[in-house]
Amino acid sequence: MQSNVHEGNAHAGSGARTPATVFDKIWDAHRIARLDDGRDLIFIDRHVLQETTSAVAFDGLRRDGRAVLHPELTVATQDHIVSTEPGRDENTFPIGRELLGLMRSNARASHIRHFGVDDPRQGIVHVIAPELGFALPGSILACGDSHTSTAGGVGALGIGVGTSEVEHVLATQTLALVRPRNMRVLFKGRPGPGVTAKDLILRALSVLGVAGGRGCAVEYAGEAVSALSVEGRLTLCNMSIELGARLGLVAPDERTFAYVQGREYAPSGAAYEQAVQAWRALRSDPGAVFDQEAVIDCEGMAPQVTWGTNPSLVASVDGRVPDTSIYADARQRESAAAALRYMGLEPGMALEDIAVDVAFIGSCTNSRLSDLQAAADVVRGRRVAPGVRALAVPGSLSVKREAEALGLHRVFLDAGFEWREAGCSMCVSINEDTVASGARCIATSNRNFENRQGVGSRTHLASPATVAASALRGRIADVRKELRQ
Amino acid sequence: MRQPVHEIAGVMAVMPMANINTDAIIPSVWLRTATADLGKGLFGGYRYDEDGRERPDFVLNREPFRKARILLADENFGCGSSREAAVWALVQFGIGCVLAPSFADIFYENAFRNGLVAGIIEPKTYRALLAAAHAAEATSPEGRIDLASATVTGPDGVAHAFSIPASRAQALMRGDDEIAMTQQHLPAIEAHYEHARAEAAWLFPSTLQRSSAP
Repeated sequence: MQSNVHEGNAHAGSGARTPATVFDKIWDAHRIARLDDGRDLIFIDRHVLQETTSAVAFDGLRRDGRAVLHPELTVATQDHIVSTEPGRDENTFPIGRELLGLMRSNARASHIRHFGVDDPRQGIVHVIAPELGFALPGSILACGDSHTSTAGGVGALGIGVGTSEVEHVLATQTLALVRPRNMRVLFKGRPGPGVTAKDLILRALSVLGVAGGRGCAVEYAGEAVSALSVEGRLTLCNMSIELGARLGLVAPDERTFAYVQGREYAPSGAAYEQAVQAWRALRSDPGAVFDQEAVIDCEGMAPQVTWGTNPSLVASVDGRVPDTSIYADARQRESAAAALRYMGLEPGMALEDIAVDVAFIGSCTNSRLSDLQAAADVVRGRRVAPGVRALAVPGSLSVKREAEALGLHRVFLDAGFEWREAGCSMCVSINEDTVASGARCIATSNRNFENRQGVGSRTHLASPATVAASALRGRIADVRKELRQ
Repeated sequence: MRQPVHEIAGVMAVMPMANINTDAIIPSVWLRTATADLGKGLFGGYRYDEDGRERPDFVLNREPFRKARILLADENFGCGSSREAAVWALVQFGIGCVLAPSFADIFYENAFRNGLVAGIIEPKTYRALLAAAHAAEATSPEGRIDLASATVTGPDGVAHAFSIPASRAQALMRGDDEIAMTQQHLPAIEAHYEHARAEAAWLFPSTLQRSSAP
């Protein structure tokens, strides 16, 4: 489809096609119409549903007598409110039963595949979509969750939507969207040891801020990005929404094509070969214009950790909690001071002096096999510090099975971690996985907002290796010191 | 078809903070059931203490702001998650319009689909409205939004322009049903699908054909 549309464009012009970004190529191949109000009507190839943002959409369809147009292009799972208690079922967290039951019954009534807690494919929407080959390079995927940008890690456009838009996709398999601007974030230099995709995106957040990508589709590029595994790229794209961008992606390459091959809903045989041909065209052309460009220097950078109450308030792990006087703008100064008050921190404190009560490894940002491996490598043969609650929560049942086949569950359990079932868990804390008021959690998740992990909870975001090292130390830890030992 | 919106008049509450996120607007504990009273949960973390008692200093816990119809806030309102419940909570509380210098992308889309006016104002308008609202706090902190002219009249009676795409304002005033409008394009949608299936068969493998649905 990509190549076809662009041939069409080339014929329409004088023969020389306009240089386009990867984003432009995918978007244009999915544009059905330009609407009167200037928005584009975009075909949605794939739609993923989860229990907390879809019930009202199905109510709306029923109220208006509408059916699901393409149930075969839709999958549903249970991830947000499911219990992650070992051996759980739909009833383990009783408050969640209503929404879990509605997801199941709505999916069944509309002939939509449902990967519930009793299905081996269950997991966090943004973990299972790439894992099942449901998100493909060059495809557009929608989901009622803002971290849908994760799919950009395989070169898909993953767009996070609200419930009205979920209903719109169910009824029409399209979205009416304002075309975003093109932005490129170029990671320059080679990061130091112990630095992961999570550290790269936290660094970008500290430079660009929480609105730095608003209105944009972000392409991540540069040597440090090309060097990332596909799972690392999923982590990078995951936090695009923290930059304010609804879309983020990495141009697919040979590593992506190899990742996709053989997955349940990926093309196979001749169709796969045809796909790879089309995917090879998904590069931003030389001379393609980006409306915004940013360069993030990551030469020799250290692991990153947040200290405040939004994900752009970040410092190097070997650094200190900043003095609020570094902010020239009075409003920024005030909000940083409020963040420190909420977090119970003093300016000038070394991050490594901050004691933690909880360590959480999981969420759509960092719960894939490579994340668990990185954490297990730090934890192996050691013990979680006394008084620290440590959780390892695989992103999907598939990740859990793979990890167990490698014996990682033993590594975590022997160290004193809890080894739990797949779900969003202590990232969104809509189930029973919460942090007590005033307690401090170092987490691999994506949001450190006030009250995010429970009323009064305090959250520091970091990579799986950093969280693992901090669990052992009982304080925020520089994982590079562990690696040197 | 939703209720057409033309004008919103009433108490203007101010939350002079940037980056007010959707977790703050409606904390996740209020999203555990399909039937929670979201208006009650609006700004739950700010509004209630750990025992569920109202914090008396929070603006929406004070008269006359308990009946606020207009909310004034600083940049990047509604950042964070895609939860449309953030908009539902504002609407169920009684807020008809949020004015801010900028909005997060997904919140902005969600707002219009629920008849909530998201009006973008210049930073100088923000400051003027903020000052006027503070000055009128003890007397009559009321404002008025007129969609047809895209103006907001502050508590001091001074009118300011706000920014809203004309097509969006018209859609609100008509009470458009977006899905019904898109359904007019169904032949083109199906043509796109069939074309893509022919030209990019890899995108629609045998496991994702219409006949393969459960």
